[in-house]
Amino acid sequence: MTVAGRRWVGGGLEIAVPILVLGAWGVLSAGSQTYYFPPLTDILSTFADTWLFERVTSDALPSLARMGAGFLIAVVVAVSLGLLLGLSPRAKRAASPIVEFARAIPPPALLPFAILVIGVGNSMKVAIIAFVCLWPILLNTIDGVLGVDPTLRDTSRVYGISPRDRVLKVMFPAAAPQIFAGMRTSLSLALILMVISEMVASTNGIGYFVLQSQRSFDIPEMWSGILLLGILGYALNGIFVLIERRALRWHRGARASEVS
Amino acid sequence: MAAAPTAPLAAAGRRPRAPDWALPWVAVAAVLVLFEALPRIGILPRDHFPPASETVAELGNQLTTGSYWTSVFDTLQGWALGLVIAAALAIPLGILIGSAPLLYRATRAVIEFLRPIPSVALIPLAILIYGTGLTSKVFLAAFASFWQVLMATLYGVKDVDPVATDTARSFGLSRFQRLSRVTLPSAVPYLATGLRIASAVSLILTVTAELVIGAPGLGRSINLARTGGNEELMYALIITTGVLGLLLNAIFVRAERRVLHWHPSQRGAA
Repeated sequence: MTVAGRRWVGGGLEIAVPILVLGAWGVLSAGSQTYYFPPLTDILSTFADTWLFERVTSDALPSLARMGAGFLIAVVVAVSLGLLLGLSPRAKRAASPIVEFARAIPPPALLPFAILVIGVGNSMKVAIIAFVCLWPILLNTIDGVLGVDPTLRDTSRVYGISPRDRVLKVMFPAAAPQIFAGMRTSLSLALILMVISEMVASTNGIGYFVLQSQRSFDIPEMWSGILLLGILGYALNGIFVLIERRALRWHRGARASEVS
Repeated sequence: MAAAPTAPLAAAGRRPRAPDWALPWVAVAAVLVLFEALPRIGILPRDHFPPASETVAELGNQLTTGSYWTSVFDTLQGWALGLVIAAALAIPLGILIGSAPLLYRATRAVIEFLRPIPSVALIPLAILIYGTGLTSKVFLAAFASFWQVLMATLYGVKDVDPVATDTARSFGLSRFQRLSRVTLPSAVPYLATGLRIASAVSLILTVTAELVIGAPGLGRSINLARTGGNEELMYALIITTGVLGLLLNAIFVRAERRVLHWHPSQRGAA
């Protein structure tokens, strides 16, 4: 096969296979009598009935709001704390065992603690999401700041740039690629914690809806919720990659010119 | 390391400071003292935050009970089975897909779609199909860790130095020999990182399943301790999960160092 032919076949496969997989699911499940695996068409029509847009305001939006709030709090706190700890090696050294331990606890294990201390309301969910998302961003920010090119550090100091500007205009941008890497890890954690916190203690939200549907044996509804969570995971990841690319355009540009 | 040469300088000019090696201990002690004092003087509500000494005492008590070790064992069992199943499926699949460009392109979109799906979304499905026992737990842990191992294997196999592959080919090594002598060794560092992350993910999903589904293990015990109003026990168990997380991570880091002692990324550490 020629190189062009190979590329053509590859491109074709890349589009064809997902369609085939969906098609196979549709066909194989069409006459399904299995209670737990309803036909794809049933799931899709339930999905349309449920999520377009009947339950959007009652379940999807509250979920997303809690997740967004928790994530944003984590970003703000972790980045500022990370810049601080990254600038002071002694503070970083002192904090490291505590940070390492807090990070090693599997996040869901903290959920009963959050329920005990804060209760079962919205603030508990926001708090647990924020707490869990904090660590990956914090560690990446510290590493990012510590990894700033010493020449850059010294140059900015020699040129008499004020400490405030040094942090905001030199350290922060230089650490940004790593901060984004941490934020990406945290984003998927935020989604997971959103779902779990709603499954354990909630009266609305997507996680609550999915588990409740299963408990009342509304199987197509359950599948529609799982589908929505899948789409959410995919979409959030996609949006994040777009934002990251835009925000770090200068970084890629700088890298490219360095190489050439 | 870098701070060592500056230490005498700093000591000469300024007031005495704690030496660098003591800093982590000082910080840990400070946190313990805070969590001992704040509940006692009433700044933290005592019924929600037992003083640190009581939590530690409870942890000490628990270490002598059978139910504690049963919970730990249940959790570790879910973690291990999930991780092993994920690795057994993902590594061969990753090698296969990674070494066949057409197969890679054909499956890429499907993998990219399935990967970001939060595995916790499948909890209700797991309950339906596998019930509320060990199988559900293992299914969730395996599903979540599968993607970590698969992606790591894929990156590793695809990142093989083309010069090495071409050299092997021109020396007349067969496809299988190229795989075992060139591709696999160079993919091992990726695989090691992937397995370490997958281990953490497997532990998280195991605890999640215990908490949400009620499968026996630390997650369920933590929740039971909360509903039973036994805060000391709850904190002791949460600390246990943290220690487990640290230990498992440390084991993987050590194993990585042993297996990869030949690799440039580890040479500095030796």
